[in-house]
Amino acid sequence: MSRGHHTCHGRDILFDVPQDVVAEVISNIHLSSDYNVLALAAPDIAEHALPGQFVMVKAGERLEPLLRRPFSVFEVLTENGRIVGLSLISKRIGPSTKLLFEAKPGDRIQCLGPLGRPFVPVAAPDEAWLVAGGVGLAPFATLAETLRARNIRTKLYYGARRAAELFYLDTFEKLGVELVLTTEDGSRGDPGLNPRSREWVAERGRVTVPLERDLKASRDVAGLMIYACGPERMLAAVAKLAAAHGRPSQVSVERVMGCGLGGCYSCVIPVRTPEGKSHLVRSCLAGPVFRGSDIVWQ
Amino acid sequence: MDLSVRIGSLTLRNPLIAASGCFGYGTEYAEMVDLSSLGGVAVKGLFLAEREGHPPPRIVETPAGMLNAIGLQGIGVHRFIAEKMPELRARGAVVFVNICGTTLQEYVELARILSDVEGVAALELNISCPNIKEGGITFGCSLHGTADVVGAVRAATRLPVIPKLTPNVTDISAIAKAAEDAGADAVSLVNTFLAMAIDVETRRPKLSNIVGGLSGPAIRPIAVRMVYECRQKIRIPIIGMGGIASASDALEFIIAGASAVQVGTANFADPFIWPKLLEGFREYGERQGVKAISDLIGTIDTSAREKEWISS
Repeated sequence: MSRGHHTCHGRDILFDVPQDVVAEVISNIHLSSDYNVLALAAPDIAEHALPGQFVMVKAGERLEPLLRRPFSVFEVLTENGRIVGLSLISKRIGPSTKLLFEAKPGDRIQCLGPLGRPFVPVAAPDEAWLVAGGVGLAPFATLAETLRARNIRTKLYYGARRAAELFYLDTFEKLGVELVLTTEDGSRGDPGLNPRSREWVAERGRVTVPLERDLKASRDVAGLMIYACGPERMLAAVAKLAAAHGRPSQVSVERVMGCGLGGCYSCVIPVRTPEGKSHLVRSCLAGPVFRGSDIVWQ
Repeated sequence: MDLSVRIGSLTLRNPLIAASGCFGYGTEYAEMVDLSSLGGVAVKGLFLAEREGHPPPRIVETPAGMLNAIGLQGIGVHRFIAEKMPELRARGAVVFVNICGTTLQEYVELARILSDVEGVAALELNISCPNIKEGGITFGCSLHGTADVVGAVRAATRLPVIPKLTPNVTDISAIAKAAEDAGADAVSLVNTFLAMAIDVETRRPKLSNIVGGLSGPAIRPIAVRMVYECRQKIRIPIIGMGGIASASDALEFIIAGASAVQVGTANFADPFIWPKLLEGFREYGERQGVKAISDLIGTIDTSAREKEWISS
């Protein structure tokens, strides 16, 4: 695989040129009536994917849906220490995600990646606080793994609509990530509903509430990076909270994307220019991860 | 099969051109696609100045197609020449620069500036973007407007001049004829169809610009018909486009009368489509015993159908 060269958050990072593979579905775990985790046999993409990067997936081979959809790489899947594929978290909301929800093991799905700029991991002794809303959990499994491998103290603030939609808590616990959970309806975990969760306590309300509380109490934490992925309103709130407490943030945005490669100019987002003006940039190339302070939040 | 085709004074190594607006400035794809393997690369429409374009949402999917209202966001001609042309030249791309102005003078100035730039193969005149109010389509919707822009640019450059025509007119072949008479070397057709989509729950348009341009397989039969109609009216080469996603789709345009084709929306779904299309051409040539793809141009046989129609 040849190498591409880009500047990322002021540092030069080597990226691999994306590959397009017809990936076999390894498994499709239904987490609820509309969330699923789709495992794809795309080892070449998985091997080169950095935390925060995404893939463009074409669901089905028909003309509807016509275009691919972007998904953060959720897990890099291994078998006996060998990388065998990657997984995506999807929520059924439209024709593409419906097809992905219904996909069966053995089905073939076109998958292009890895794409975009990844998260930049901090170095010890800094702490990392990850803030996820709903399917925004997706890029944090690999990021948490990278951070924990560097012995970074890592906390996950994870909010969902209801308890049954908080997934993969055990994965993060096993990595030694401290969990702070919220549900909008105040419901609590029920292991009967979700075999992947056990009993735990979630606070009622938005995920930004405990985040703000902990930021206020974090004066003695020397270095701290806030990472966020989720609905754009949550990202805006997190970026503002981080800035208000003098902490840097990195956010992964999701805009309507046509190609994922910079060809269509659909996925633009306003960022601040050095002159203090607002300028639309393509989130597929300049992102999906941005500094929270670079985005002009609307 | 010999895949080379001629567009006026240009000889392209094959009939495939990446469509303007669907391939960035070409450089975005340079590490994945061998740009020199394409017949040409039509870069994203350029104004003199940088443009910010429309706010998002800028695209929405529709059955077998998509609507877009990007609003011609772009870096302007000067930055294009400084930042993109060196790489396009180094990669061996045959560059079709798509230009757009708000006034006749702007088209002329763009043509003058680009005429001196090494590596620019042709000028494609965007007189057909449905998404911006000023300039562009206001020329392309009338015979006089088309003739004025083509004539003025013709007088300002020695580069091949290729107006890109809008299908949002009553008779596109009349516009094509006006372009030919004004000195165009070829015509590109079609740009997107003005269209809209509405979210019935919120009763809001799905695009921030309210309306946008429809592209993709949904428009292909209309585009083929328009190429066929223009072929009857003009002698200059036609570059056909509209929903091409396979070699057979492209061959429809060529048989209808196009000398080359552009591929746009399909590149979004499959950026590695180009070698597949070329392979499809070769397979067709072998199957049909066709030695040169240029032998297929405009070879549609309507005689039998006409007879059947009359006798029935």
